Amino acid sequence: MVHQSWQRSLESVLIPCLAVLAALVLFGGFCALAGANPLEVYAAIYKAAFGSWNAWQNTLIRASPLMLTGLCTALPARLGLVIIGNEGALVFGALLAVLVGLACGSGLPGGLVIGLMALASLLAGGLWIMVVGALRHYRGVNETISSLLMNYLAIALMNHLVEGPLRDPNFVTKPSSYEIAQTAWLGALPGSRIHFGLIYGALACLIAYFLIQRTTFGFATRSTGENIRAARMAGLPVGQLTLAICFLGGSCAGLAGMVEIAAVQRRLNESIVSNYGYAGVLVAFVSRHNPLAMVLVSVLLGGILASGGILQRSLNLPDATVLVFQGIVFLCVLYSDSLYGRLFSGFFKKIDYKSVAIHRAR
Amino acid sequence: MATEALGWWGVPLAIIAGTLRGSVPFLFVSLGECLTEKSGKINLGLEGTLRLGAMSAYGVSYLCAQVLGVGLAPWLGVLMAGIAGMGLGLIHGWLSQQRRVNDVAVGIAMIIFGSGIANFLGKPFIQPQAPQLATLDVANWSSLPQVQAAFKISPLFLLGVALVPVLDWFFKSTRWGLYVRAVGDSPQAAKAMGISIVKVRLASIVMGSFLAGLGGAALSLYYPGLWTERISSGQGLMAVALVIFARWQPWQCLWASLLFGGAQALGPAFQSVGIDSYYYLFNATPYILTLVIMIFTCSPQRTLAGAPGALGKED
Repeated sequence: MVHQSWQRSLESVLIPCLAVLAALVLFGGFCALAGANPLEVYAAIYKAAFGSWNAWQNTLIRASPLMLTGLCTALPARLGLVIIGNEGALVFGALLAVLVGLACGSGLPGGLVIGLMALASLLAGGLWIMVVGALRHYRGVNETISSLLMNYLAIALMNHLVEGPLRDPNFVTKPSSYEIAQTAWLGALPGSRIHFGLIYGALACLIAYFLIQRTTFGFATRSTGENIRAARMAGLPVGQLTLAICFLGGSCAGLAGMVEIAAVQRRLNESIVSNYGYAGVLVAFVSRHNPLAMVLVSVLLGGILASGGILQRSLNLPDATVLVFQGIVFLCVLYSDSLYGRLFSGFFKKIDYKSVAIHRAR
Repeated sequence: MATEALGWWGVPLAIIAGTLRGSVPFLFVSLGECLTEKSGKINLGLEGTLRLGAMSAYGVSYLCAQVLGVGLAPWLGVLMAGIAGMGLGLIHGWLSQQRRVNDVAVGIAMIIFGSGIANFLGKPFIQPQAPQLATLDVANWSSLPQVQAAFKISPLFLLGVALVPVLDWFFKSTRWGLYVRAVGDSPQAAKAMGISIVKVRLASIVMGSFLAGLGGAALSLYYPGLWTERISSGQGLMAVALVIFARWQPWQCLWASLLFGGAQALGPAFQSVGIDSYYYLFNATPYILTLVIMIFTCSPQRTLAGAPGALGKED
């Protein structure tokens, strides 16, 4: 048994690393086919993502919304739900944050407005995904499909409002809402350009980890995820758990929307739909729904996202290169899931048979 | 706008025209998804397949226009779209049948991967104009140019409609159709019959992706008839909901596709008569429609009538 647990923990480190390595090799092959030197591409990605303090700042700025949107998939996944409504919850959270921010104006102290905006976005995103959970529990509606459809609803609602009632006529670049007051802008960490969203994201992941691994609520959630019928038999309130975990996941994605508004965009427009939601799904699956691993994976993916511009400028590759890379990483990591428990046993067994055969032949 | 002279009559005309145009990708993708799900697997990645199909069709049509002429080149594009779809289907079919691998997650990964490849290879085709599929102008008897424009029917639409009875017959009356249904309904029984679950599912997913690729070709070579990175607005994803709505029946897929195509045409139709303050909300009709339908037809107590027994279950 000791032997097995040693194998298991080695596997949980080795397999993701092998998956990422395989993805790098496949992506290199793809780049070579596209006429670029794979080594140059790796170097460019590394330099743009982690090569300097400036690059690190770019990476971390992109990593913070990913940590938050990732939780929107990872938390419900522990209960056995596959939710991909991250983008919608983010947009809806951003919408409510902007509404609150505009309603408060510049009269109130900045800290209070930021707090209210964060609260509004938490509630908005949480309720948005809670609808998905309620539909799942009370009506048996597939949560993946409904959350996905609700992404489009949130985006349509946002577009409708920024083209109509919320539109700032003085901002001509694209239909946008009015700008939130400068006092409500989310500041940067001292000595950097990295905004406080990074702290929000890291804290949320930490809290989520303790909630899932160290509390009764987390235990009940995991038990339901393992076997829903057994959980029902044991008298666990599956419905309440579903609603609660969906609310928590959604509120994180909503907060990501608020962070994007208060720290980056300052006004609401179509730019809020920037694929942080779908990238969050990727983060959750790659980290196998472990909130602590998500911090690391978000930073890695943030780095990949940050390198998109460089690839285009210096190597003349389309910006979609980054999307291809993401896709390959995702596919490799998913395949690697099937290797757990097989990596060593399969390997050793084969060698054993061989050695036995050799032995007998002698 | 063409409908101006017709006044309010322009609205139903625009909706009919929009239905004929907008339902084509829905039809192909939903038939493809229907075939896939009948075998017991979900392919959420058809959105990526649709995009790659659209890009392949447009690119091939553009590149071959000089050699093959504007009549044949688009058709080669359509074929390439299907083949590109099969390529993605192979990856999905193989990966989603590995141990402990969730087919929904693979689908999302395939959306990212398929869109990535499409955008990567499609970069040079955003500007140039590729030859389009010739349309059948069935309303040339009309003196109104608006009516003529509305009834330019794509041969792909007719192909899709023709596929419906074929697929229906395939499921009901052929040996292979029985294999697909057996694998989807009760894999254990199929195994006992000596059918290879892996092979049947792989074949169903690959053929389903082929159809979805054709749907992509309809987007880029018929309507809207261009290639951009946002060519598909979730039709591939909605196909999954559409197939649930259609209860896994090819004929119902046809009616559902027409309904969704029509719903999609509401926004532009009302915009053409000057009602554009709710443009985005009208555009969201298909999503709302899907959601409402699912809320009313699903139930926590039982699986849906007509649903393949093994759908969404671990092997």
